Amino acid sequence: MRRRWLAAVAITMASVLGLAGCGGSGGGTASPAATGGGDAKKQVEVFSWWTGPGEADGLKAMREIFEKGNPTYTFFDAAVAGGSGDKAKALLQSKLQADTPPDTFQGHAGAELQGYIKAGDLEDLNSLYDELKLKDVFPTQLIDQISVDGKIYSVPVNIHRSNVLWFNPAVLKDAGVAAAPKSIDEFIAALEKVKAKGKIPLSIGSEWTVVHLMESVLLGSLGTDAYNALFKPGANWGSPEVTKALNSFKTILSYAGDPQDDWQPAAKQVADGEAAFNIMGDWAYGYFHNPPDGGLGKKSKTDFDWAPSPGTEGTYLWLSDSFTLPKGAKNRDGALAWLKVAASKEGQDAFNPKKGSIPARKDADQSLYTDYLADALKDWSSNKLAGSVQHGVSVNQPWLASITEAVGLFIGSKDVAALQKGLVDAATANAQ
Amino acid sequence: MRRARTWLPGLLLVTPSIIAIGVFVYGMLGWNFRLAMTDKHDEVSEGNFVGLKNFVDIWDQPRWHISVSHAIMFTVVFVLGALALGWLLAFLMEKGIRGEGTFRAIYLFPMAISFVATGIVWRWLMNSGMEQRAVGLNRLFDWIGLPQWQWFRDPDWGMAAMALPAIWQMSGYIMALFLAGFRGVPEELREAARVDGCTEWGVYRYVVLPMLRPVTLSALIILGHISLKVFDLIVAVSGKQIITDVPAVFMWVAVFDSHDPAKGATIASYIVLSVAVFVIPYLIWSVRKERRP
Repeated sequence: MRRRWLAAVAITMASVLGLAGCGGSGGGTASPAATGGGDAKKQVEVFSWWTGPGEADGLKAMREIFEKGNPTYTFFDAAVAGGSGDKAKALLQSKLQADTPPDTFQGHAGAELQGYIKAGDLEDLNSLYDELKLKDVFPTQLIDQISVDGKIYSVPVNIHRSNVLWFNPAVLKDAGVAAAPKSIDEFIAALEKVKAKGKIPLSIGSEWTVVHLMESVLLGSLGTDAYNALFKPGANWGSPEVTKALNSFKTILSYAGDPQDDWQPAAKQVADGEAAFNIMGDWAYGYFHNPPDGGLGKKSKTDFDWAPSPGTEGTYLWLSDSFTLPKGAKNRDGALAWLKVAASKEGQDAFNPKKGSIPARKDADQSLYTDYLADALKDWSSNKLAGSVQHGVSVNQPWLASITEAVGLFIGSKDVAALQKGLVDAATANAQ
Repeated sequence: MRRARTWLPGLLLVTPSIIAIGVFVYGMLGWNFRLAMTDKHDEVSEGNFVGLKNFVDIWDQPRWHISVSHAIMFTVVFVLGALALGWLLAFLMEKGIRGEGTFRAIYLFPMAISFVATGIVWRWLMNSGMEQRAVGLNRLFDWIGLPQWQWFRDPDWGMAAMALPAIWQMSGYIMALFLAGFRGVPEELREAARVDGCTEWGVYRYVVLPMLRPVTLSALIILGHISLKVFDLIVAVSGKQIITDVPAVFMWVAVFDSHDPAKGATIASYIVLSVAVFVIPYLIWSVRKERRP
């Protein structure tokens, strides 16, 4: 009898321990402390979604600078794959809610960070900005866009452009389109000409690439000031101008080919000469241009070419990746050391040519940026700025989710009135 | 004292499970329903009790109607498809095919794969490109002259296509269930029917099938609850696009993109309730059956 008792107790204990063990390992995935042991204090956990070709190389280049300058810290790469940071943001949110933040995490600069700021997840970085005199080296307009009540919560590493029209010069020539269209009307006329030749006029990817397309059409149709006003208090999304823009959007979308799985296959259709146009951010340049292990190895200006998306010349529809300092970071000093590298000229010039973006700093070494990037650098310093919707500059995450929902429903229904109502409701519910 | 010795060890054995299930299943369910009845529409607000308001309001959202109708179409095609295919496979096995073990293993193999892996393979198979751009099934159909299709991107019947990978994955399991059922029918009964002049079809129609009712019901419950909760397959095939939206994906978007915990909890509650509609009658039925001598 006694032995049966003992056995029962032993099994009970074992199952309790087993449960605890499961809980521990489930919550601790990718946690550096679990593997580091005594060295855990010196690890700096850097959370990003840079895993693809180009971006991962850029991160590695920055990491090397960081490790050279900070021999007491080791870099822990907590990157989560997935374009635009979809999956990474979900994991990040659960980490923040469990009060186990990474030491620093990537976020799109601008409104996207507001959720974290409101929830009190982030420390402001004003002292760092003062220490490094960063307000002098970043463009004033950029500092304005990423400040909340005079406080800055992130360090922008790079600048991307969203309003880029990629096209295949051979397909355009064949269709009798002389140059890249400069207005929405010219664009529609060009799409019609390509259609007559039996090619795909405009390639699109999954749902988010259509939201991306819409922001460029809105900017091109409304103009920069009216576009920027849409995200200020008292904005009127119900105006006839927006209706007109959305009708153009509907017309343009009617020329779209079959939706591809993501932005890469859609861009590839242009590079392969199956499609004429694609509107995508300038990360597509790296994909077109890089050698075949990560890109398509195409020649710029002959296999593919670019222009500001129709009607948006002179405006830089920007987005920026930035790093933050979460409250309660295990290794706050290590995180600050990382932010200093991310903010430095050396760090940004190492990262950006690889990632295919331009540095947020004004004093970058211009000779490093060639071909498309030289164009981008020139435009960045001379153009007016407008903030991207899809990439978190102008709208926060709930607002973007509502816009995405309205556009997703529109793809099915093609109902402009319903789309506009959806956008009006989204703005009313979420405007800051 | 002696009596305690007989029941106490057993109780101790199951106590951890009872506590774990109590906290992590029923506790969380209760917490979820409570959250669904508050107005906690962002992460920082406290959330006041609003009763069933969220449950009513969600029906005003066009996206909810779409995801519910998608879930219904997926469930109907998946459950009927897997039942029919599983039954057919079991029937063929039962007719004494040579190398039965091999075939059984082949049909069961998909069960060992996760829905995510299945989804990634079928995303390619069901690529919507046509003619020169066709790959996967459309390429095959092009070769053999069958009409090509947009598959899961078809605006009306896309969710029926989405059920195909699920049918592929689960029909082997249903086959195993039915095969066990077939084998459980005593040979004497079939012989008796044959002696009475019953055709082979009649033997199945009037003898075997009625005896398979419990198996069919179990299969229906298993498939039904998988189907109503489906998430991983959809995300692996198409991501979180509205064209293939289902309640579980909508819930994910509500929580992680819209940052609206109350809405997410409301959708989660509806998913639990819809599964309960399947499971509870089954539980009642099986408990009653067990009580019968």
